[in-house]
Amino acid sequence: MTTEILLAGFGGQGVLFAGKILANCGLMDSKELSWLPSYGPEMRGGTANCSVCISDEPIGSPLVLAPDILIAMNQPSYDKFINAVKPGGKAFIDSTLIESKCERTDIECFYIPSSQLADDNELQGGSNIILLGKLIKETGLFSLDTMKKAIEKVVPPAKAKLIANNFRAIEMGMNN
Amino acid sequence: MERNLMKGNEALAEAAIRAGCKCFFGYPITPQTELAAYMAKRMHKAGGVFLQAESEIAAINMVLGAASTGVRAMTSSSSPGISLKSEGISYLAGSDVPAVIINVQRGGPGLGGIQPSQADYWQATKALGHGDFHLLVFAPASVQEMVDMVVKAFDTADKYRMPAMILADGLLGQMMEPVSFPEITPNAHDKSGWAADGHKGKRAHHIINSLYLQPDELQTSVLNRFERYEIVKAEETDAELYLTEDCDILLCAFGATARVVKSAVNEARAQGIKAGLFRPKTLWPFPVKEINEAAKSAKKLLSVEMSMGQMIDDIKLAINCSKPVEFFGRTGGVIPTPAEVLAEIKKVGGAK
Amino acid sequence: MAVVFERPKSLLDVPLHYCPGCTHGIVHRLICEVLDEMGIEGDTIGVCPVGCSVMAYDYFGCDMIEAPHGRAPAVATGVKRTNPDKFVFTYQGDGDLAAIGTAETVHSATRGENIVVIFINNTIYGMTGGQMAPTTIPGQVTQTTPYGRDPELAGYPVRVCEMLSTLTGTAYAHRVAVDTVPHIRETKKAIRKAFENQKEKKGFSIVEVLSTCPTNWGLTPVEAIKRLQDEMIPYYPLGVYKDTTTEGGEK
Repeated sequence: MTTEILLAGFGGQGVLFAGKILANCGLMDSKELSWLPSYGPEMRGGTANCSVCISDEPIGSPLVLAPDILIAMNQPSYDKFINAVKPGGKAFIDSTLIESKCERTDIECFYIPSSQLADDNELQGGSNIILLGKLIKETGLFSLDTMKKAIEKVVPPAKAKLIANNFRAIEMGMNN
Repeated sequence: MERNLMKGNEALAEAAIRAGCKCFFGYPITPQTELAAYMAKRMHKAGGVFLQAESEIAAINMVLGAASTGVRAMTSSSSPGISLKSEGISYLAGSDVPAVIINVQRGGPGLGGIQPSQADYWQATKALGHGDFHLLVFAPASVQEMVDMVVKAFDTADKYRMPAMILADGLLGQMMEPVSFPEITPNAHDKSGWAADGHKGKRAHHIINSLYLQPDELQTSVLNRFERYEIVKAEETDAELYLTEDCDILLCAFGATARVVKSAVNEARAQGIKAGLFRPKTLWPFPVKEINEAAKSAKKLLSVEMSMGQMIDDIKLAINCSKPVEFFGRTGGVIPTPAEVLAEIKKVGGAK
Repeated sequence: MAVVFERPKSLLDVPLHYCPGCTHGIVHRLICEVLDEMGIEGDTIGVCPVGCSVMAYDYFGCDMIEAPHGRAPAVATGVKRTNPDKFVFTYQGDGDLAAIGTAETVHSATRGENIVVIFINNTIYGMTGGQMAPTTIPGQVTQTTPYGRDPELAGYPVRVCEMLSTLTGTAYAHRVAVDTVPHIRETKKAIRKAFENQKEKKGFSIVEVLSTCPTNWGLTPVEAIKRLQDEMIPYYPLGVYKDTTTEGGEK
């Protein structure tokens, strides 16, 4: 089985980083996986998205067009991708920045005020990780343990003090 | 073996260093910048040379200089930059100097775009510069294959004293996949018979040169090279044959496109359509024997490319136009989807 | 009988293809005398240009590489960076070095590449039959400036030593000529100094040699020498333009 995940938001929100954590979770769990960023002149401040595929078999196309799981971190991304989610799929939506409520009944949407939660809990820039916490709780794609290991691997040594914050962000996502 | 998560561009660089590449000369261009950045970080520590050149033209000529002394040398770029390197590549070929050139393709012509493309197939396989020559062209379809093919490219280039190209694309360069680095022992090719590395007073001087003002001498030099090409064509082709034994429709695709096509082939099979995939891993030499094997039971072939159909001619020639060859492609940086390919399979007659 | 004059060992005993009266032969000889005196022929790799000296690889006894037009400094960079203990020199004409290869020249200089560049300036494209060069003097008649070089149309010449001496990476820039015996001796000293600089890892050294092209100038060899003296030296003054190896070395 292949799980196709699309993460989308503004550049600087940590979309690619969150994707990297998911990809590393796949690596930890000995899965096949791929991670593909959008790239281009809009590196900062524009829209960024990232395709992650997790599978038991070799990945075909790494480009996710119809995700099983969508993480939407801003309104344009939500508008662009919410209707692309596969029937039966799940969407994780930062409700601080996205006002819309999805009318689709064939997918499950989770509204988490992740930006607000991050700000309230001194986890600036941790909105992406809070959404990941919610994702693993609702999908069971990876265990908390796996995700913690992935974070330890992805956070550069120079920023190691951020690891504890990221752990806190995941648990906050799982409990919201 | 340990699995690492790496971008294709980074994996290309790491593999080159492990394959004994001693120097990298490059010039920035999207979407291959991570390769040079990785080299800048690692090459010096690995005891080699990294240098950002003033242009792609200078970079390929630095490669020419280093490789002329017998050192394993590499440069990388993306489509517009490869056009600038074509002069130097012609000189490398004409001087029988081995080197590795990476092309992480983007859309063209002109400045084109920066999204993935395969529209440099003709350039790579037919005319990467002026004159009678070929270069080895490898087409990886995964980050792991990028590693394996870089090692193979250096070895094969040295073996036949010819330049080799890794023809990748922006999708492969930018994506991350798990990758393992096998224990690499670069083949030690003896270059002492030709390398211009200082004769120490112990031999006649070596000349690295592509100039022959006498037509018969130039002809002889080219004929000798083409004799070697015949050996390369006989011995160095490589392809993946996927579900081809009983296929009615044979899809042909290389590189990133082959991944999309494989997904479509799997879906077609699930729907009862006997589809198969022929994926050339070497584009020059083109795997003629392999495609004929793959096409044995096929009634039709369908080439899928991220270009306007640059591989079709090679396919038709390889099978001697014995079967119809259809085409489906996207270009300009648009990536075909498995669903589109499946629809095309049905359209061109693969329906049950 | 004592031998008082002989061919330098590293100058191969083959007929040169240069025209009668051409001064390439003198410069070849001077380079080879320096290689012999320093005992470095076996550790030297030379890079030839495209132009009249394209076939110099047949004349120099050291290992040689023939570079694409203008790219010799890039080729030399590749050689030197991967073989830092070897001596590397390029031998280039004015079209090669100062027109098509300007970027390679300027950037190898500004990087301070530890190489020697021997630059033959004869104000014309010789091999292709006498077209305007980047160093062609205003008023000079060539095949492509049949009414004399008009700066309004064709711009002004490039003064290479002056230009390169502004770059921090240039260690040594010296303009010499091969019109008289004293000047030829000066030229040899400059070439020797450039190779010594490389030995001591001083960086980029360029020796610009004002030379003649009797054939394409349409002059006899003697007249050509006179033109070099009367027209070229005033426009391209001789001297050391930069020398970081001696105090107050900048002109």
